[in-house]
Amino acid sequence: MSLSFLAINFVYVISAALFIFGLKMLSSPATARKGNLVSAAGMLLAIIATLFAQGLDFKWILLGVVIGSAVGLFAAYKVEMTSIPEMVALFNGFGGLSSLLLAWAEYQQNPDLSVFIGIVAALSAFIGGVTFSGSIVAFGKLSEMIPSKPVLFSGQHLINGAILLAAILAAVMFAVNADGLYGIFILIVIIALVFGVTSVIPIGGADMPVVISLLNSYSGLAACAAGFVIGNNILIVAGSLVGASGIILTKIMCKAMNRSLANVLFSGFGATTSKARGDGPEGEVRPASAEDVFYILEAADSVAFVPGYGLAVAQAQHVTKELGDLLEANGAEVMYAIHPVAGRMPGHMNVLLAEANVPYDQLIEMDDINSRMDSIDVCVVIGANDVVNPAALNDENSSIYGMPIIETHRARTVIVLKRSMKPGFAGIENALFYGENTRMYFGDAKASIQALVAEFKKAD
Amino acid sequence: MEAVFLTFVFVLSIFLGFELISKVPSTLHTPLMSGSNAISGITMIGAIASLKSEHHALAIFLGTLAVTFATINVVGGYAVTDRMLEMFKKKDQGDAK
Repeated sequence: MSLSFLAINFVYVISAALFIFGLKMLSSPATARKGNLVSAAGMLLAIIATLFAQGLDFKWILLGVVIGSAVGLFAAYKVEMTSIPEMVALFNGFGGLSSLLLAWAEYQQNPDLSVFIGIVAALSAFIGGVTFSGSIVAFGKLSEMIPSKPVLFSGQHLINGAILLAAILAAVMFAVNADGLYGIFILIVIIALVFGVTSVIPIGGADMPVVISLLNSYSGLAACAAGFVIGNNILIVAGSLVGASGIILTKIMCKAMNRSLANVLFSGFGATTSKARGDGPEGEVRPASAEDVFYILEAADSVAFVPGYGLAVAQAQHVTKELGDLLEANGAEVMYAIHPVAGRMPGHMNVLLAEANVPYDQLIEMDDINSRMDSIDVCVVIGANDVVNPAALNDENSSIYGMPIIETHRARTVIVLKRSMKPGFAGIENALFYGENTRMYFGDAKASIQALVAEFKKAD
Repeated sequence: MEAVFLTFVFVLSIFLGFELISKVPSTLHTPLMSGSNAISGITMIGAIASLKSEHHALAIFLGTLAVTFATINVVGGYAVTDRMLEMFKKKDQGDAK
């Protein structure tokens, strides 16, 4: 154990502490940005320390770092805020791929692995591979390059089960005696890549928050396994922090949809439940014009906007904020009520509204808005559907029964901005649209809100 | 023995992670995810350490690829998280733009 080895590992301890402080500071919007910088400083410190190891081949390191930094920075500063989910999915996939490559390079260099190292090397390659191909599929679905609808094929569970079994068998063979089993290692990599695709492709667009959280967790666990392969503590600590964070987010997302993780992963929700269930809602739809909506809003003392994925699609966050400002100038209290699974990743709506300069103290969580819903004059639902469907509360036959919702139907008036009467992702009719206190304001969300803004300016 | 020691570190870190993350409010879930995603690029450390000049050509090739992808993950992840967090403002700050 040389002195430089000890010094490097001592620096890793400091890095680990910085990661932990950084994550801790992320728990408040006021310190979050600093927290991210603290965590980045920890990473930089670890990288610099690593460069002091002996016998490194700097030209290849430099090449990788320069290309990687250029690509990473370019992507990070060019991406639209509405495309953050696919961006995170892609970065995540690259992290997984790098764990796979690292395990492979280690095996290539020292093929005579012990049983323990054999197991973790196989794990690192497998989890890394699943993370990579799964994230690429998630990226494709989120950016609509491949259909975001669940893709189901017959015998899906059987095939996935068989793939998993094959992976375990191959990993056991590999672990018992890794030397000379190069083919088996490649086989594990291929199985992992296939499994990533077959396990993510059946999952529908609105379940993406769960999938992204889960893949996020996998990328951490892959880094962790790679840490075991090379016997490096900092990889294990950082990897398990990320793994734990992903698991918690996955749990929160599942809870917000009242579904188990198994149900999200295996049911192909939205493909099988699209036929009508129970009795259709009764009542009539009451359409409203921009002028009608203007008079309702103009008289309101408190207005809560309820955004959904439709807001992101229509890029309506900036006009929504503009309307919110006009309402405030008009003397109304303005809030933005956000369902935990609105959008395509956890917290998606919060980021979009923050981009439009909505202060974070106006972003209200579901439970807080529900407790005061009865006193709210107007709820404006923008491109959300299933997360405001009262069937989740009172229709036991509904497939979303039990899911917590934002109870907009209890507000004095609800204005729903929607393109048409088409059902939402879950394929369920929404009784809210037929409610007596509901007005449907049809059209593209952005154009509709612009029309309202114009009405307000006209009235001035 | 080393395996036991590493597993020890692993288990404690998982618990620490649970404790830290369960305190993050839902408003910050997207930055949390992209920020923790950047941390998972920690593989970069391992990839750099694996690039030794006396290694096989294929191992060097794989290592260079690993460094490249991990760097995209790290640099891109932190940069995009910073860009997002910059936008989260309190009311008085938001008005004084």
